[in-house]
Amino acid sequence: MTSIITRRRLTFGAAAASTLPLVGRGAQAQAPLGVGFVYVGPIGDHGYTWTHDQGRLAAEKHHGAKIKTSFLENVAEGPDAARAIRQLAQAGNQLIFTTSFGFMNPTIQVAKQFPKIKFEHATGYMRAENVATYNARFYEGRAVIGTIAGHMSKAGQAGYVASFPIPEVVMGINAFHLAARKVNPNFKTKVVWASTWYDPAKEADAAKALIDQGADIITQHTDSAAPLQAAEQRGIFAFGQASDMRAFAPKAHLTAIVDDWSGYYIRRIQEVMDGTWKSTDTWGGIKDGFVRLAPFNEAMTPAARAAAEEVQKGIVAGTLHPFTGELKDQKGEVRVKAGETASNEILSKMDWFVDGVQA
Amino acid sequence: MTSAILVSILMTLVAASTPILLAALGELVAEKAGVLNLGVEGMMLCGAVAGFAVAFSSGSTTLGLFAALLAGVATAMVFAVLALSLNANQVATGLALTIFGIGASSLIGAGFVGRTIPRLGPIFPAALSEHPWLRVVFGHDILVYLSLALVIGIGFFLRRTRPGLILRAVGENDASAHAIGYPVIAIRYAAVAFGGALAGLGGAYFSLALTPMWADRLTAGRGWIALALVVFSAWRPGRLLVGAYLFGAVATLELQAKAAGVSFLAPEVLAMAPYLATIAVLTMMSLGRRTGRLDAPACLGKPFSAV
Repeated sequence: MTSIITRRRLTFGAAAASTLPLVGRGAQAQAPLGVGFVYVGPIGDHGYTWTHDQGRLAAEKHHGAKIKTSFLENVAEGPDAARAIRQLAQAGNQLIFTTSFGFMNPTIQVAKQFPKIKFEHATGYMRAENVATYNARFYEGRAVIGTIAGHMSKAGQAGYVASFPIPEVVMGINAFHLAARKVNPNFKTKVVWASTWYDPAKEADAAKALIDQGADIITQHTDSAAPLQAAEQRGIFAFGQASDMRAFAPKAHLTAIVDDWSGYYIRRIQEVMDGTWKSTDTWGGIKDGFVRLAPFNEAMTPAARAAAEEVQKGIVAGTLHPFTGELKDQKGEVRVKAGETASNEILSKMDWFVDGVQA
Repeated sequence: MTSAILVSILMTLVAASTPILLAALGELVAEKAGVLNLGVEGMMLCGAVAGFAVAFSSGSTTLGLFAALLAGVATAMVFAVLALSLNANQVATGLALTIFGIGASSLIGAGFVGRTIPRLGPIFPAALSEHPWLRVVFGHDILVYLSLALVIGIGFFLRRTRPGLILRAVGENDASAHAIGYPVIAIRYAAVAFGGALAGLGGAYFSLALTPMWADRLTAGRGWIALALVVFSAWRPGRLLVGAYLFGAVATLELQAKAAGVSFLAPEVLAMAPYLATIAVLTMMSLGRRTGRLDAPACLGKPFSAV
C-alpha cells in the first residue's frame, strides 16, 4: 500500500492517530505499521533518492499488508524539513526514515516531540533514544572500481566528476585513487567539481573536459547518468553511480556502485513490529549488502575482473581495508599510520586528499 | 593546448549555448510583442519530456523534435489564455507556468526515467562531421544550424519586414496598434506560441542531443538564464547570439580550467561567473544610457484589453 501524502489525508491520519490510544492494544496490533520516508530529491532522479525509494518498495513487497508506507519527496534540507517530518509523525507513522544529511537537526528536534515514534536518519551522526543512524560504506565500492580503473586505463589517468568537497565525496575520491595506485603506481586522478549534485548538461560537460585533458576513464559522484553518456559518446569507459546505469551507456559502463537500502529497511521495520528496535549506528558496506557492484561489462579484461573480485572478497573477509596506512595527505602529513586502518571518525571527517589526486 | 582540445572545447561550447539561444530567441519575440512570459523553464521541460517520450516510443528523433515543438506551444497556450485573454498578471502567470511545467514534465516522464535513445546526430556526412577540425563548422546537429539561421531570420523579420514592424508596434504601443486596426491579442498569441515552440525545441536539445535521457528537472534552470539573456541582449538577436555563446564559453572554460588543474579562482566563484557577467552587463548598459529603460518594449508585461 502506497500513499503520497496529501493535506486531507494527513488531517485524517492525525485524527486516526489521536484516537488510537483509546482503542487499546488488540486493535492496534491489527492495524498496519505506518512507515514514513522523507526524501531530499524527486523519486524520479534515478539516483540517490530513487535508490531509497526502491528500498521502500522492497520493504512494502516483503511485509505486504502488515505495513503502510508513505513518503514526502523534494523536501528541502534545513528548518523546513522539520515540518515535513512532523507531518509524517502526526499522520500516525510509527517509524520514519529521513534520508539526507541535512535532515539531521530537524529529525532530532521532531523526535523529542514524539518520543514513542522511532526515527532513522541516514548519513548523520546525531542519535537519541528514538533516533538511530545508518549509512553505507560507499568507499568500499569506490575501491573496487578504482582497482578496475587501474587495470583498464591505458593513459593511467581517470577523470572524476564530483559534486562538493564534503567528507563523503572526498572519502570516495581517495578510496578510488588509492586502489588505482595499487595497480598502477603512476596513476593520476583528476577531479572536476561540478558544484552541483544534479545538472545533467553540466555533468556531461565536466566529463568532456576531463576527457579532453587526457582521462580515458570516467567516474562520478554526481547523480545523473550524463557523464556516463559523455564517455559512451567519446568511446571510453566509465562507471555508474548509485544504480546500474548500463542502459545509458552499454559500451562504456564497466560496472556501477549500487546503493541497496532494502535489506536494512526490511530488517528495521521487522524490529519495530517485534518490539526489538533499538537506537543503533549502522554503517554497512559490501559485506552487509548496503553496497553492491553491478554486473561487470564483458569488455573488462580478465586481469581487471579478477583483481576486482579479489578486492571485493578481501573487503568482505575483512582482510582488506581501502584505507590502510601509511596514508599521507598532500602536505606530507601522516593521516593514517603504517599498518593501521582509518577509523570511522577519520573517515567521517575526511577533508584531505592523498598524493596524486588533482582536486 | 593542442588543436584537438581546442576543437573539442569549441564543440562543447556550441552544444552548451544552443538550447539557451533557442529558448532566448523565442522569448525575445514574445517580449518584442509586449508579453513577458517567465515560464520559459516550464515550457522547456515540457518540450524536453515530450520530445523524449515521442522519440523513445516511435524511434524517430525527428518526430521527437516535432512533439517538443508542439508541447512547447501547448504549454505556452496555457499562459496565453490566462495572461492574454483573461488578463491575469503576466509575472505571476509565468512563474506559475514554470512550476506547472516542472510538475507536469515529472508526471509525464515518470515512465521514461532510466531509458535512453540514440543521440540526435550531425546532419552532414561523416567525411565532414567527423573531420578533425572541419567538424567545428560541420559537426553539429540540425538545431545548432536552425538556431543560427533563426538569429538572422528573426533579426531580419523584426527590422526589415512589415509584419515585424507590426509586432514591434504591438509591443511598443498596444493602444495605437489597436486603434489603427491591428489585432493586438491575436498577434500576441502568435508571438507567445512562437516563443513556446522555440522553448520546447530548446528543452528537447537536452533530452535528445546533450544528454539523451529523461530525468526530473533535466534543464536545471537554463530557462532562467535564457530570460536573463534577453535583457542582456537589449532585445537584439545579434547580441543574444553573443550573449548565449559567451555564457556557453564561460561555462565550458570553467570546467576545462578545473580539469587542467588551473585553480586561479575557487570553483564556487567560477560557477557564479555567468550570472555575475549578466549583472555586470546590465549595470553597464543602464549606466551608458541613463534612460533606465534599456530599450525594453514599452508595453512589456502590461495587460491589454480592447475596451
